[in-house]
Amino acid sequence: MIFAIEVAIGGLLVGVMYSLVALGFVLIYKSSGVFNFAQGDMTLFAALALVGFLTIFPLWLAILAALVLMIALAIAIEAIVLRPLVARPPLALFMATIGLGFLLQGIGQGIWGTDPKGLNIGISDIPFEVKGLMVSQFDLVGAALSGALVFGLVWFFQKSRTGRALRAVSDDHEAALSVGIALNKAWAITWAISGVVALVAGIMWGSRLGVQFSLSLIALKALPVLILGGIDSIPGAIIAGLVVGASENLAEVFVGPYVGGGIQTFFPYLLALLVLWFKPYGMFGREIIERV
Amino acid sequence: MIYRECGMFKATYGADMAIFPIPLDRWGIIFILIVAFIGMPFLASDYWLSSILIPFLVFSLAALGLNFLTGYAGQLSLGHAAFMAVGAYTSLILYGRYDVPLLLSLLGGGLVAAAVGAVFGIPSLRIKGFYLAVSSLAAQFIIEWVLTHWKWVSGGVFGTVDTPPMEVFGWPIDTAAKKYYLVLCFVVLLTIFGKNLVRGQLGRAWMAIRDMDVAAEIIGISLFRHKLLAFAVSSFYAGVAGGLIAFTYYGAANIEAFNLMVSFHLLGMIIIGGMGSVLGSFFGGGFITLLPIFINQFSRSFGAVLKSDLLACIELIIFGGLIIFFLIVEPYGLARLWQTLKDKLRLWPFPY
Repeated sequence: MIFAIEVAIGGLLVGVMYSLVALGFVLIYKSSGVFNFAQGDMTLFAALALVGFLTIFPLWLAILAALVLMIALAIAIEAIVLRPLVARPPLALFMATIGLGFLLQGIGQGIWGTDPKGLNIGISDIPFEVKGLMVSQFDLVGAALSGALVFGLVWFFQKSRTGRALRAVSDDHEAALSVGIALNKAWAITWAISGVVALVAGIMWGSRLGVQFSLSLIALKALPVLILGGIDSIPGAIIAGLVVGASENLAEVFVGPYVGGGIQTFFPYLLALLVLWFKPYGMFGREIIERV
Repeated sequence: MIYRECGMFKATYGADMAIFPIPLDRWGIIFILIVAFIGMPFLASDYWLSSILIPFLVFSLAALGLNFLTGYAGQLSLGHAAFMAVGAYTSLILYGRYDVPLLLSLLGGGLVAAAVGAVFGIPSLRIKGFYLAVSSLAAQFIIEWVLTHWKWVSGGVFGTVDTPPMEVFGWPIDTAAKKYYLVLCFVVLLTIFGKNLVRGQLGRAWMAIRDMDVAAEIIGISLFRHKLLAFAVSSFYAGVAGGLIAFTYYGAANIEAFNLMVSFHLLGMIIIGGMGSVLGSFFGGGFITLLPIFINQFSRSFGAVLKSDLLACIELIIFGGLIIFFLIVEPYGLARLWQTLKDKLRLWPFPY
C-alpha cells in the first residue's frame, strides 16, 4: 500500500514536470494558434546552450546567457519562419514547426555535439522521508517551480494587457492586425516566453536525464498531457500532467508485469484517446464551434 | 506551341477522360515507363538499383498512401511508418511461416495493415485538427510496442524477423534487377489504381471532407465510411510498401526501421512533393531519398570528409530548412511547381 502511494506520488511529481513542457505548447497555441511541434527541440537546444555556457561562465551568468539566447532565437524564428506564413491555414504553420524542430535539432547538436552531457545545478537527489513515504527532493523542487510558473502565466494571460492581446492574436491573426495589435511583437513575446519555459524545462529534465538527444523526446511524453488537458488551457496542462504522470507510473508498476512491460510509452496516449472520445477538445480545452 | 491541347479533338468518352489528354504528356509517360522497365536494369549499376531506386520507389508508394490520407482526405497522420511495419511483419509471417505465395503475402500484408489502419482511424470520427494529429502518434507507439512484445509476431527477443529467399511462381528473386522489377511492377500498378481512385467518386468525397467536412456531411457524404476508407486505403499502400522494403531492401523486418523518424520523413516527402497530388508523392519520395546521398557527395566534392554525426546534423538542418522553405515559397510543393511549368509551356511563346 505504501509502495502504491509512493509510486503515485513519484508519478504526480513527474507529471508536474511533464506539464512544464506541455506549458510551452499551450503558451504558443494560446497566443498565436500555432501548435509548436518544435517545443521539445527548443528544450534540447536550451539545455545544450546552458551546458555550453556553463563551461565558460558561472551558473547564474550561464543561465542568464541561455535566457538571452532563447529570446534572440524567438525573435529570429518570428522573423524568418512565422512572418511569411501569416494567415496561412494552421496545418501549414504546424508543419513549419515540424521543420523548425529538425532545424533546431541539427543546429544544436552541430554546435555543441551529440554526446550526452551531465547537468548539475546543485539540487540534490537524495530522497527524504515524509511519514514513512520516500519523496525525491529534486522532484519536489521541480514541482514547486512548475507550479510557480503556471500561476505566473495564468495571471499574465488573464490580467495583463499584453496577455489579452496575445489571446486575441490566437483567435484570428488578421482580425488582431486590423484592430491594431502588432502581430510580430506579439509573436516574438510569445515565443520568447515559451523559450524561457523551454529553458526551465530543459534545466529540470536535463538534470534528471542528462542533456542528450532523448531530451527532445520528452515532448512526445508531454503531448498526451497536452491533448488530455486541452491545447489552450494552462490549468488543464497542470491537471492533465498530474493525471498522466500518476496513471503512467501506476500502470507501469501494476499492469506492466502482466503484459511484458514497457507500456509507459503508450499508456498516456491510450488514456488521452479515451478521454478525447468523450470530450473531443480535451478536458479544459476551448470547444470550437464549426460553421459552414 | 508544341505542347498544346487545341487541335486535339476527342471522339470518345474514354479519350475525353484520359489521365494524360495532351499527347506529349502521354509520350513522356510511356518513355519514362520504357526507361524504367527496360533501360534501368541495363544502364544502372547494382548499387543504383538496390540502394537508390528501390528505396525511392518503395518510399514513394508509402508517401502516396500518406498523401491519400493527409493530402486528399485532410486527416493528419503522424504515425504512418507503423502501418508499414504492420505490413512488413505480416507479409513476412505469411510467406515465411505459412508458405503463402509471395505476391499474395505482400497483398495480405497490405490488407492487415488496412484493417489496423481503419481501427486507428476511428478516433478521426470524433476528434479533429491537432488533437487528431497527436492521437495518430498513439498508433505509432502502440504498434511499435505490440510488434516487439507479442511473441507470436516477433518470434524472439529482438523483434526482428529475417526474410527467407524469395521466389515468384518458381522463379527465384535474388539479383538486384529482379527485386527492382518486383518493386516496380507493384508500384506502377498501385499508382495507376490510386490515380484513378482519386479521380473518381472516392477522391472527390475525400477532397470535400478535407475542405469542409460539415458541409460534406450535409450534402450526403458519409463521414464514417469515407474517413475510415481513407485510413484503410492509405494503410494498405503503407503495408504493401513495408512488405516490399522488408523483402527487397532490408532483408528483415525490424521495428527500428519503421520508427517515428521515418513517419516524419514520409510527412516531409508529401509536404515537399506536394500534398493532394499523386505525382507529388514521387517527387517528394525521390527528393528525400536522394538527399543524404546528395549531401554526402556534395561534401566530398569539397574535399571535406565530415564525421558521421556532423553529416547527420547537416541532414537534419537541410531537411528542416527545406520543409520551411517549401511551406513559405510553394505550399503545394514540387508538384505545383511542375504544374506551373507545364502551364507556362502550354502557352509558350505567348505570355498569357
